[in-house]
Amino acid sequence: MPEPVNRITGIAAPLPRANVDTDAIIPKAHLLTIHRSGLGAGLFSEWRFDDDGRERPDFVLNQAPWREAKILLAGENFGCGSSREHAVWSLMDFGIGCVIAPSFASIFHENCQKNGLAAVTLDEAALAQLVAVVQATPAATMTVDIETCRVTAPDGREFPFTMEAARRQALLEGLDEIGASLRHDAAMAAFEARDRAQRPWIHALPTA
Amino acid sequence: MTTPRSIIDKIWDQHVVADLGDGRVLLHIDRHMLHEVTSPQAYAGLAAAGRRLRRPDLTFATADHIVSTENGRTDDTVPGGPEMIRALRANAEATGVALFDLGDIRQGIVHVIAPELGIALPGATLVCGDSHTSTVGALGAMAWGIGTSEVEHVMATQTAILRRPPTMRITVTGTRPAGVSAKDMVLKLIATIGTAGATGYGVEYAGPAIRALSMEERMTVCNMSVELGARFGLIAPDEVTFAYLQGRPFAPAGDLWEQAVDAWRALASDPGARFDAEIELDVSGLTPQVSWGTSPQDCIGVGETVPDPEREADPKRRQAMRRALDYIGLEPGTPIRDLPVDMVFIGSCTNSRIEDLRAAAAVLKGRRVAAGLRALVVPGSGQVRRQAEAEGLDRVFTAAGFEWREPGCSMCAGMNADRVPPGKRCVATSNRNFEGRQGPGARTHLASPATAAAAAVAGRIVDVRSLEGSA
Ligand code: SF4
Repeated sequence: MPEPVNRITGIAAPLPRANVDTDAIIPKAHLLTIHRSGLGAGLFSEWRFDDDGRERPDFVLNQAPWREAKILLAGENFGCGSSREHAVWSLMDFGIGCVIAPSFASIFHENCQKNGLAAVTLDEAALAQLVAVVQATPAATMTVDIETCRVTAPDGREFPFTMEAARRQALLEGLDEIGASLRHDAAMAAFEARDRAQRPWIHALPTA
Repeated sequence: MTTPRSIIDKIWDQHVVADLGDGRVLLHIDRHMLHEVTSPQAYAGLAAAGRRLRRPDLTFATADHIVSTENGRTDDTVPGGPEMIRALRANAEATGVALFDLGDIRQGIVHVIAPELGIALPGATLVCGDSHTSTVGALGAMAWGIGTSEVEHVMATQTAILRRPPTMRITVTGTRPAGVSAKDMVLKLIATIGTAGATGYGVEYAGPAIRALSMEERMTVCNMSVELGARFGLIAPDEVTFAYLQGRPFAPAGDLWEQAVDAWRALASDPGARFDAEIELDVSGLTPQVSWGTSPQDCIGVGETVPDPEREADPKRRQAMRRALDYIGLEPGTPIRDLPVDMVFIGSCTNSRIEDLRAAAAVLKGRRVAAGLRALVVPGSGQVRRQAEAEGLDRVFTAAGFEWREPGCSMCAGMNADRVPPGKRCVATSNRNFEGRQGPGARTHLASPATAAAAAVAGRIVDVRSLEGSA
């Protein structure tokens, strides 16, 4: 169940590359687990490490102070590709609490919400400005306020963003979505009764 | 007069359990498919919260992603693999979910077995913790991939929380030339509208060129809907669909079948139904497609040359192209034809069904794989494998020098031991050519089964239509 998130303050790492897919975020070698924890070790592992497991110094998350980043400034269509939720778990396990991008791939976007990772959408121009600021002053912190829907850049400039009400509320409350859905139990039972009559072939399956 | 509705509207309306306000609804899920990689954490979450799996009778499981595809395989695969296979087995057993386990003829790639077993049905909603769930939209189902938390949500509630997606109709016209496959058609579509071309949309594929496809070809098209960014892609059911489904193990039978078919006939979009976007593609002059880069949209006709990033106006696209060419090891202007390849992979949920194997075998008959080239054929399911063996296709493949393997995802994702070594070039019938997809440093060229088979014979990329005796 996700923790409530009101605001994220921290160092922001620039990774303004378009179409970063979930294979890149968490390569498959790290999916061989039945747990959610510990996946930060595999975050961007093919970009972070060379074939011998040594850090590649040119990758942004291997550079001080960005290795401490809490916020990722990303490119459009971030999180495309495979539906693996491990991508979100690995970002969070690494310490990233918020990704800001011009757009997110839809399954990834949903996965963010379910886990309390703030996925914030800003237009290209605003992102380019943020990237420029963090490149000039890497150690300065940025704040993403979910309550007021505002990103405050290290230089004090403010960038308002919009977030769907339900997403915003889920973040702020650390929503137990399944618990909330289960409150519709009566509606579910009513649906099933009606649907069994209308589409019996959906509900009465031959047994294996 | 009621407002004309699209097939997507009809399926949506049928499944709304509760309106959550703010545009979201709880949508009933008719079929839930589980596999070993994305289900264990969902099961763990369910257990931790003390919740039960609401409809085990609508839930089905198989192991496909990390299983070994070696003949005589066991649970042992890559490190960590056996633990996942055993977890799936224990979880399915504990919750009363039907499992198509290793050794069961019904085991296979989850999106191959869902239609094959008659689990996926027209007008049904079907989800799986896997992005290529869109495959079974071919039957007229609304089918989409979900993350593990959503898997847990469906386990507990048999519903998913959704916003109604905008709808897009992709009308495909013209007659597909001989020797050009459904795979070429969908690759061309992605190259034309791009990997973000249908982002967030629910897509209906329509038009004469779609109607003319076999059921399995429709699956190939719907499979790659997610490569267009679509939430799902479907094709209205017709006689082709019904003929395919009748008699399948989990499909309705007897009176229930008649009743179901009547309902399914009413699913097609009404004349005048409104879509939020419309796209047309004419496939009359289509040629076999091959990818040159690291995105499925990086596709060209086999007779064309690798594009030049410097001619690209959009700076971001230019940069992505440069990066792709650097990774794939190609120069702008190089003809894609005659490019030497090291490996060929025929398989995956895009192209591992019986018709795919027949198409590849037709090319391979009486021919040999080029010296030094490794070629794998991995049937999508135990049933596909058995059918192929009954038709003697396995002997065509092995006589040509292909490895004939057990069903699974295999080299599509390289999650088991089947990988393309760094820097090696592979023609693959799968759906993604991302960096590292088939293994770190692997260079993937997406193509149809016939094109892949032709490449295996020639040891380089060729136009399958130029091989003597091939259609
Ligand atoms: S065959 Fe490939 S794309 Fe299909 S489910 Fe398996 S890994 Fe995913």
